[in-house]
Amino acid sequence: MIQTLTPAADWVVILPVVLCLVGGALLLMLRNSGGYLASFAILVVIAVLVCDAQLFARVLAEGPVSMTMGKWLPPFGISFTADLMSAGFALAAAVVTLVVLFYVQMDPEGRDGSTGLYSLILLLLGGVSGAFLTGDLFNLYVWFEVMLIASFGLMVIAGREIQLDATIKYGFLNFLATSFFLAALGLLYGLVGTLNMADIIISAPKANPAGMASVAALFLLAFGTKAAAFPVNAWLPASYHAPPAAISALFAGLLTKVGTYALLRTMVALLPASREILDPVIAAVAILTLLIAPLGAIAETNLRRALGFIVIGGIGVVVSGIALPTLQGIAGSTVYIFHAILTMSALYLVAGLIERTTGETDTRRMGGLYAANAPLSILFLVLVFAAAGTPPFLGFWPKLLLLGAGTEQSGMTTGGQIDWWAVAILAALLLNAFLTLIAGTRIWAHVFWRQGHEGERSEEPNANLRAPGRIETWLGLVPAGLLVAAIVAMGLWPDLLVHSGTEAARGLLDPQSYIAAVGLEPTP
Amino acid sequence: METAFAALVGVFFAASIYLLLSRSVIRMLLGLTLFGNAVNLLIFTAGRLTREVPPIVPDGLKVPTEQIANPLPQALILTAIVIGFAMFTFLLVLAYRAYQTLNADNTDTMRLTEPKGGPNPPLSY
Repeated sequence: MIQTLTPAADWVVILPVVLCLVGGALLLMLRNSGGYLASFAILVVIAVLVCDAQLFARVLAEGPVSMTMGKWLPPFGISFTADLMSAGFALAAAVVTLVVLFYVQMDPEGRDGSTGLYSLILLLLGGVSGAFLTGDLFNLYVWFEVMLIASFGLMVIAGREIQLDATIKYGFLNFLATSFFLAALGLLYGLVGTLNMADIIISAPKANPAGMASVAALFLLAFGTKAAAFPVNAWLPASYHAPPAAISALFAGLLTKVGTYALLRTMVALLPASREILDPVIAAVAILTLLIAPLGAIAETNLRRALGFIVIGGIGVVVSGIALPTLQGIAGSTVYIFHAILTMSALYLVAGLIERTTGETDTRRMGGLYAANAPLSILFLVLVFAAAGTPPFLGFWPKLLLLGAGTEQSGMTTGGQIDWWAVAILAALLLNAFLTLIAGTRIWAHVFWRQGHEGERSEEPNANLRAPGRIETWLGLVPAGLLVAAIVAMGLWPDLLVHSGTEAARGLLDPQSYIAAVGLEPTP
Repeated sequence: METAFAALVGVFFAASIYLLLSRSVIRMLLGLTLFGNAVNLLIFTAGRLTREVPPIVPDGLKVPTEQIANPLPQALILTAIVIGFAMFTFLLVLAYRAYQTLNADNTDTMRLTEPKGGPNPPLSY
């Protein structure tokens, strides 16, 4: 039993979630009270951002922080535990949400708080922060569902026909994935008798290996569906382009990344022994996702659907880090997730601006935007380069780490036995960068270089094209531009990021300090 | 008793997957609910089955004297039932709205988010 009060400083672990939930509830109650809702939501997210930054600084300095609620000690009480990885991702998620809240103001329809938009955005951020910061697997399931119900609401909020259709596909497949996650939890509980993550790390090696392998396979299926990895990715391009661009940006930044985070946590930290059995499967999933996704983007003509495939390609990069589980490989995955949270959201924000300026959603009918809005073209091109991973942008560093891990694992440099899986992953990573570059620059050329509509009128200027208004510039272009500037700056000075990514990977591979922070006896 | 429960869970899973593979949204919804119930039963079975021994610690003691029913899976299932019910309700209303607006209950005719005239999703990707 815990008899003393939790130190005030430890509350920083749970405050991001509490602030979001309380803020969301208040906004729902006040939804008819007019124009101050947006400012209130922005204030709440700034407070969350401050908490996350404080938490990140503390974890960077002192190691994992844990807080247990109620009077029950772990493994019975539910702990919120933040290590470097979770704190970093929570910070990035709050940054993206803040940018999106400004961006939403651009649209008079989107600005309207009486639809519950701000409550749902805060609820989504609360769910995502909770999923990143929790130290208990069942609690993770609960935050997944919080996130899921908020995203259902956001996806269907204007109720257009295409949104209803998209929500059905998104809803069914994601709910099924969380049910698979719950089934895995049930079996895991039956095998090890605990659901506290730190406690699972201790007791997993003693459990029946065959049973644990099937649990790991179920986790792979559930989180793979959540993250949209190759064979189970069909729901993402079918749904992410349906809601307004701001909502798509929020989804692209937050939802699939929680899936990849959960994959990293379960496969690398919790069940490393079972992952080794599944290694060929994970490697195959990584390679196929890396190759198929950008090919889909090349074949696609709808702008935001094509971006959906680029998001899937990023998932392949993360999974390839799990397939190369050295310190460098996991660090690459961690940094890539951080990068993807920012870059993929920014891509959708810029895509939303392109759609507004051209009045089209199909790249074949856009055209001629370069003359009308040059800053937009620069932002989009920078983001394409960042997503493909060309230097000097942020996407380059995680890929460099992964390529390093791949060469090390393949045994080509040491002259020993050659690991063909690692060689294949290495080739797939390089090919993925190349194909993503082709897909992105092809879209860029269609949207910005070409004149007008396809076919016989392609030499005429686009009739729907209009110059951006002042509101669009200040509330749309500037937030997206700031996000891109942050991506470029972190690409130029990656020291802090690569250092924290490596430290986070070290914590994941050797979780003794994580166990100690929760207050359990580390394994001898 | 575990064997019987495990078999029941298997039957539930089989039936739910059969329903989920159908094209009608309502049948898929029923399949999803059945799937949730199968998972709940699975947790219940995995967390030790005991008959007629409520998890009550006798007065004055700190630990129970005999093997008791495990209360934790029941708490987990309770949470999962509540969440699953909320999700089911949302998806039911959504299916109804989609039926009203799109005039379709068959997923093959719901093709607004996919490119027009193309083959079905796995082929067109």
